[in-house]
Amino acid sequence: MAKVTVDGIEVEVANGASVLQACEAAGKEIPRFCYHERLSIAGNCRMCLVEIEKMPKPVASCGQPVGDGMVIKTDTEMVRKARRGVMEFLLVNHPLDCPICDQGGECDLQDEAVGYGRGYSRYDENKRSVGQADWGPLVKTTMTRCIHCTRCIRFSTEVAGVPELGATARGESMQVGTYVEKALSSELSGNIIDLCPVGALTSKPYAYTARPWELKKTDSVDVFDAVGANIRVDARGAEVLRILPRVNDAVNEEWLGDKSRFAVDGLKRRRLDRPWIRENGKLRAASWEEAFAAIADRLKNVPGERIGAIAGDQCDAESMLALKDMMAALGSANIDCRQDGAALDATRREFYLFNTTIAGIEEADALLIIGSNPRREAPVLNARIRKRWLSGGLAVGLIGEEADLTYGFDYIGGGPESLQALGSFADKLRTAKKPMIILGQGALQRDDGAAVLAAAWALAAQYNMLNVDWHGFNVLHTAAARVGALDLGFVPGTGGKNVAAMLGGGVDVLWLLAADEFETSKIGAETFVIYQGHHGDAGAARADVILPGAAYTEKPGTYVNTEGRAQFGFMAVSPPGDAREDWRILRAISAYIGHALPYDDFAQLRAQLIQTNPIFGEIGEVRRLAGSNLEGPVGNAAAIGTAPFINAVHNYYQTDPISRASPTMAACVAAHYGTQAEAAE
Amino acid sequence: MNTQAEPKSFEFDTEAEALVTAAIAHYPMGKQASAVMPLLDIAQRQMARHTGSAWVPRVAMDVIAKRLGMAPIRVYEVATFYLMYNTKPVGKYHLQVCTTTPCWLRGSDDVVAACKSQAGISEFGETSANGLFTMSEVECLGACVNAPILQINDDYFEDMDGVRTEVLLGDLKAGGALPPAGSTAGRSGSAPATGLTALLPTTEPAE
Repeated sequence: MAKVTVDGIEVEVANGASVLQACEAAGKEIPRFCYHERLSIAGNCRMCLVEIEKMPKPVASCGQPVGDGMVIKTDTEMVRKARRGVMEFLLVNHPLDCPICDQGGECDLQDEAVGYGRGYSRYDENKRSVGQADWGPLVKTTMTRCIHCTRCIRFSTEVAGVPELGATARGESMQVGTYVEKALSSELSGNIIDLCPVGALTSKPYAYTARPWELKKTDSVDVFDAVGANIRVDARGAEVLRILPRVNDAVNEEWLGDKSRFAVDGLKRRRLDRPWIRENGKLRAASWEEAFAAIADRLKNVPGERIGAIAGDQCDAESMLALKDMMAALGSANIDCRQDGAALDATRREFYLFNTTIAGIEEADALLIIGSNPRREAPVLNARIRKRWLSGGLAVGLIGEEADLTYGFDYIGGGPESLQALGSFADKLRTAKKPMIILGQGALQRDDGAAVLAAAWALAAQYNMLNVDWHGFNVLHTAAARVGALDLGFVPGTGGKNVAAMLGGGVDVLWLLAADEFETSKIGAETFVIYQGHHGDAGAARADVILPGAAYTEKPGTYVNTEGRAQFGFMAVSPPGDAREDWRILRAISAYIGHALPYDDFAQLRAQLIQTNPIFGEIGEVRRLAGSNLEGPVGNAAAIGTAPFINAVHNYYQTDPISRASPTMAACVAAHYGTQAEAAE
Repeated sequence: MNTQAEPKSFEFDTEAEALVTAAIAHYPMGKQASAVMPLLDIAQRQMARHTGSAWVPRVAMDVIAKRLGMAPIRVYEVATFYLMYNTKPVGKYHLQVCTTTPCWLRGSDDVVAACKSQAGISEFGETSANGLFTMSEVECLGACVNAPILQINDDYFEDMDGVRTEVLLGDLKAGGALPPAGSTAGRSGSAPATGLTALLPTTEPAE
């Protein structure tokens, strides 16, 4: 530890910390443009100058390591003068176009210019101007505004692991860009918009839409993958305009995948905003009363075992619990949340969780990925693996489809036979102190999924991944709702039918709670389908009655991410038109059919949820389970097939009803997958 | 005129390949990226041999990136940073006129004017219609004692003036080869232009 004095305040910071960090520890704000705590230090903006005693010149505090006994001054005439000088140079070439710049109101340069800018410019030469560059459908560039902080370059190189950005030429001709015009191919490219301290990189879909002070900001949780990234929903009136990440070091640090950030325009399209009833093969608009009557009519005299319910991938735990309770009241045990047919074993929580936890990846020293492409299934989690890999000493092995994961790996094989023949990677696993397995949904959505699960668990046991202080068995989910559903027991009860059994006429009445990710054509022709959801997608197309529900921004709700962390999302806007929050719909229909659910408001429902499983009460927390029980899941590992693993997600940009309705995501598919889009589907 | 289009593909020829292997061998395993500058130079010289224009097309940069295990953008950064790499085609004779203060004081403006008139071009960066000359403005070439300097491809032509520049380029236009490099004013190296004033041969034996 080093003791330093900042403006008369004595603070103690770790050896090797920077002067800037010492100043922050002392509560002093240091202006900066290029420095970012999650990126390497560049030291090229010079805005963070401070005065250090016994040093003749102002010092860039971001790159200066502390020394014991340093006396730092952040607010002297010398410092102010130096920063004013830096600001004047930055503004030499920066256009004064704040009124037409989307960064206005949340611009670091604008904010700092208030403190360090002069009221007029002494510069009357021509400003440097830079031609337009097209970086794809997500990031809008106005490179004339660029101040060459290189944050975007460092982010794409270090965090995203897709080094496409660089600084070409030098001096005044230096340009930040791709050199060869191309769309950024990283799934995390939207983060450079947040990182850009000026208006050089702004959101293309959000261009000229709103000013930050017009927006109502609501804390929520992302539902486009199972990572549960913490997000902030920015809305104006009834319209969600953009999604930004919130900082949560345990989950998403401060990053967010492009789908989670940009699919919001899908919330305005193909929405179900009123009930519909199918009459003579055609859907017609109806009132809630008519829709309820139609359902009650059809449910009459149908025995419980002929009714089924499937929960979708983006549902909140509260509405799933309401549906589960209603099904129980109707006498049905036919409920299932695994619409992809994944052989998830819900008997023990550690069989379906990412037990190592996302932050725990940083402790691992060997990683075996089976049937997954984390880059497409959970880009933020993939960035965490890359972070761990970059720090050295992580051996990665891959079984399944070969892909560019942004880190190096040993490719072991494509199919289940490789689970038994790890080759040279077996040694790496054996010598590792904290080895871990990531099992993708692609490996479980197979006929022999249960066998794969059992085999993977056996591998974990064999290679010492299951210890009291280290649990290295991880299932990487792709659906935000899945773990929550499993935690509240949205799986077939005794004698109940699973998804496959409910299809093909296995039930007479099928309730789909925003469930679209299965082959709806396999639903029996005589089955009466009730679709409760927010988008007119596959499920609604097959429905006999459509009940308009709410999307994740339009209802409060609890989501449990792949590591088993319950998180709460607040309601940002109201559902459109006649649509209602899903639990309210279920509460209303249950009363209509004479099985009123025992909760009248959201608080009572939450209380019921916590009673069902206390996990739902531990908001933001995660229980790191001990891997002390070696007994594996029920599947028979010997029954494993030979077909190669196919990943669950090939088209990252369109995985759910919201992203399929989003024109921005469609543009991404066109830009990145081109004609392969159909092949990938 | 920059008539050369971006080639579709690039491959090191046998002569270049030997140099490439040697250049990469200079660096320890895992640090191959250090060889990016020699490789760019080798590629540029190979282009000069094959097409008469010393430049590095993008496909060549991509080949180098692949060879050295780097991201292509890292190669683009290096190639565009240094003026010695031409990322656009240049003429057979790349006229690099130093216009930094010492050369300018010694008459680099005349050299520039002569280059323009002989090559028939009006700006820095232009290539003559016959494809022979490209004129670039460069910073100090580090030979100020013999200012002004005109660097043609790899060679320094020193003590230039307008007339001698016109003669030199005239010869090249007529198909002549590049004369030997060095002072064009007839002095040896950086010896005084008016003859030696010190270290004169003496007749008296040293005491």
